[in-house]
Amino acid sequence: MKYVDEFRDGEVAAKLAQTIGAEVRTDQTYHLMEFCGGHTHAISRHGLIDLLPANVEMIHGPGCPVCVLPTARLESAIHLALEEGVILCSYGDMMRVPTSNGLSLLKARAQGADVRMIYSTLDAIKVAEDNPDCHVVLFAIGFETTTPPTAVAIQLAKERGLKNFSVFCNHVLTPAAIQGILDGADGKTPLDGVLGPSHVSTIIGSKAYEYFAKSHALPVVIAGFEPLDVMQSILMLIRQVNAGHHVVENQYTRAVTQNGNQKAQGLVADVFELRSSFEWRGLGVVPDSALSIRQAYDAFDAEKRFTLPPFKGADHKACACAEIIRGQKKPLDCSLFGKACTPDNPLGACMVSSEGTCAAHWTYGRFRDTEVAR
Amino acid sequence: MKKLDLKNGTVDLTHGGGGRAMNQLIHKVFTTAFSNTYLNQGNDQATFKAPLGRMVISTDSFVISPLFFPGGNIGSLAVHGTVNDVAMSGAKPLYLSAGFIIEEGFPLADLTHIVDSMAEAAREAGVFIVTGDTKVVERGKGDGIFITTTGVGSVPDGLDLSGEKIQPGNAVLVSGTIGDHGVAIMSKREGLSFETAIHSDSASLNHMIAEMVEAVPSIRCMRDPTRGGLAATLNELAQQSGLGISLNESAIPLHAEVAGACELLGLDPLNVANEGKLIAICPAKDAEKLLAVMQANELGVDAAIIGEAVVDERYFVSMKTTMGGTRLVDWLSGEQLPRIC
Amino acid sequence: MCLALPAKVTDIAEDRQTGIAEVGGVGKTVSFALLDDVDIGDYVLIHVGYALTLIDPEEAAKTLALFDEIAEVSS
Repeated sequence: MKYVDEFRDGEVAAKLAQTIGAEVRTDQTYHLMEFCGGHTHAISRHGLIDLLPANVEMIHGPGCPVCVLPTARLESAIHLALEEGVILCSYGDMMRVPTSNGLSLLKARAQGADVRMIYSTLDAIKVAEDNPDCHVVLFAIGFETTTPPTAVAIQLAKERGLKNFSVFCNHVLTPAAIQGILDGADGKTPLDGVLGPSHVSTIIGSKAYEYFAKSHALPVVIAGFEPLDVMQSILMLIRQVNAGHHVVENQYTRAVTQNGNQKAQGLVADVFELRSSFEWRGLGVVPDSALSIRQAYDAFDAEKRFTLPPFKGADHKACACAEIIRGQKKPLDCSLFGKACTPDNPLGACMVSSEGTCAAHWTYGRFRDTEVAR
Repeated sequence: MKKLDLKNGTVDLTHGGGGRAMNQLIHKVFTTAFSNTYLNQGNDQATFKAPLGRMVISTDSFVISPLFFPGGNIGSLAVHGTVNDVAMSGAKPLYLSAGFIIEEGFPLADLTHIVDSMAEAAREAGVFIVTGDTKVVERGKGDGIFITTTGVGSVPDGLDLSGEKIQPGNAVLVSGTIGDHGVAIMSKREGLSFETAIHSDSASLNHMIAEMVEAVPSIRCMRDPTRGGLAATLNELAQQSGLGISLNESAIPLHAEVAGACELLGLDPLNVANEGKLIAICPAKDAEKLLAVMQANELGVDAAIIGEAVVDERYFVSMKTTMGGTRLVDWLSGEQLPRIC
Repeated sequence: MCLALPAKVTDIAEDRQTGIAEVGGVGKTVSFALLDDVDIGDYVLIHVGYALTLIDPEEAAKTLALFDEIAEVSS
């Protein structure tokens, strides 16, 4: 696979690891956060922790839209499918996530709801066109990478005059989430650098992070998705920390530019506007962190077309996700990890998706724990 | 009795009713295709001489959707699957029974196609389908067709393959590329369609197994990694043997297209089903010989040594990645669904 | 968080809004609605059935060269 295999060369990885090992200062610990759940997954899946020196600590950030979606929003989606009788179109990631009373989209389907898995928002448009007598709702989740496809679908629906299509919008914003993490840090956990998300950045551009680099004196490196990209980006962060720099560097130059994809940004700006506040699972309420559909597209806004009862999702009292997402605790610090809370029965944000910190640790890394949960 | 319209006709409730219509269906479709001395006798059961050695029996039900996929269909799968389950014990598969639950309205052309595929698969494997059953359920009460096959075979005394026999240091081999079947199925599933030349690896492995067991009688155990893929089967073996298994990612055979499809969908090939592959575990000193025997068979050309059994009281299956790090290879959690994140 | 993959464009529909892109020989229908211009043979990053951006082959080569440089220094 071109542009994939060359970036997964094991020999080069070993040499990068050597270089990192040679350049870290032995008298300090480097706390680096990889914001994006995709990076968490890539690091875990390739076992990159083994290539890093012990004093480089990777903190797994909240960049996992499935993880941070409050269960109340999921309950609303299930309500639309079960009670309002819509055809609910959802990406595969959301299908098995449980609500606090154990329901999920898959279980709702087993109960007779018409829940369909889609790969692209255009699949949902097709479902609407093929089923003119049913209302179709697209359960839209995701950060800035996944938002433009929803915008395209809404514009297309308007263009084609679809009367039976709407979107339940749960799109969230990366810079706001980073701000939320930094604001909540309170000096509790040192953060020395951030590995910026690969694909969100293709849309929003590297300039979106310049604010954090300046205001928080934080080095940021936009990292590509492949393991060698991640290794090189870690090296770049370590070099900045050692030199006392705090700028935004772009390692993923083959896909990310300073201004990003302006056509996509324009489409999003046309269809969506900022929500004043949105509750994130694990992070709490974060201001200006999510999008809602503009008035001009009201006809395609599921929240306007349907009255959604006020659901209150509540996480388990002992759930430590709020601290884990901020890097203040590790999965093993949570009393539920591996016992009541596993990927088969996820109780909190960090376990519901394979990219969540706890899920990744359970699936790929728990053999390293001395007191292990089988 | 009106002639059965095998081209355009459909199955109806009378075909399961026990009367003339059912008799006609059985003769025109099943007995014609499966024809053998046992079945042709027309009894409700098949009587055969007990084979020498010990008998092995295995059963499996097939509810796959879609019914037809690149490289096979539910019928050929139903034969290969059960032949393999019997053969994994080292046994020679001999006879199969086949039970069909057919939904009212099912096209006879599809039924004939499926049954003909079963007959061909049975011929290739050298087994006879000697008895069967047919039921028809109302429209909406069945997913087109369900098939259950039970297989009987014989294994000579002295050949005792079992997961419990695995010892630390034993080599772990796989007979070829992984993930082909699961990807072929997914490529046909609605909502996930993508274009690929990958077809299912569904095949009967008993001939290759016979060659393997003859050349390397020290084989400890064999198992086919079907649902849940290589990961599930290796974890089963680890638990059964009370040992850990250590794998080498770069040694695991994988078609570039399967890798591409898995990347596209966010799936791990280790969790994807196989229907024509097996895992074999043998003492390290015999591994190269076993590998050569497998590679000499057309169903094992891509066979490889992928790891070894190790002492581990937590029975973990771990893997050295192509990057040089280590990660766990765990059971799959729940049903495997494509992801966007 | 966003699974996106480099894929080679092998077909473009007449309206230039959709086409086929291949990863490791596996083809998938993609939308080009987020791009201004794309040609057959280009590599694009695809996510949920959309091409997000073109992959710049020169920059990719530069990144690979950088890896080699680092690798050489550390040997």
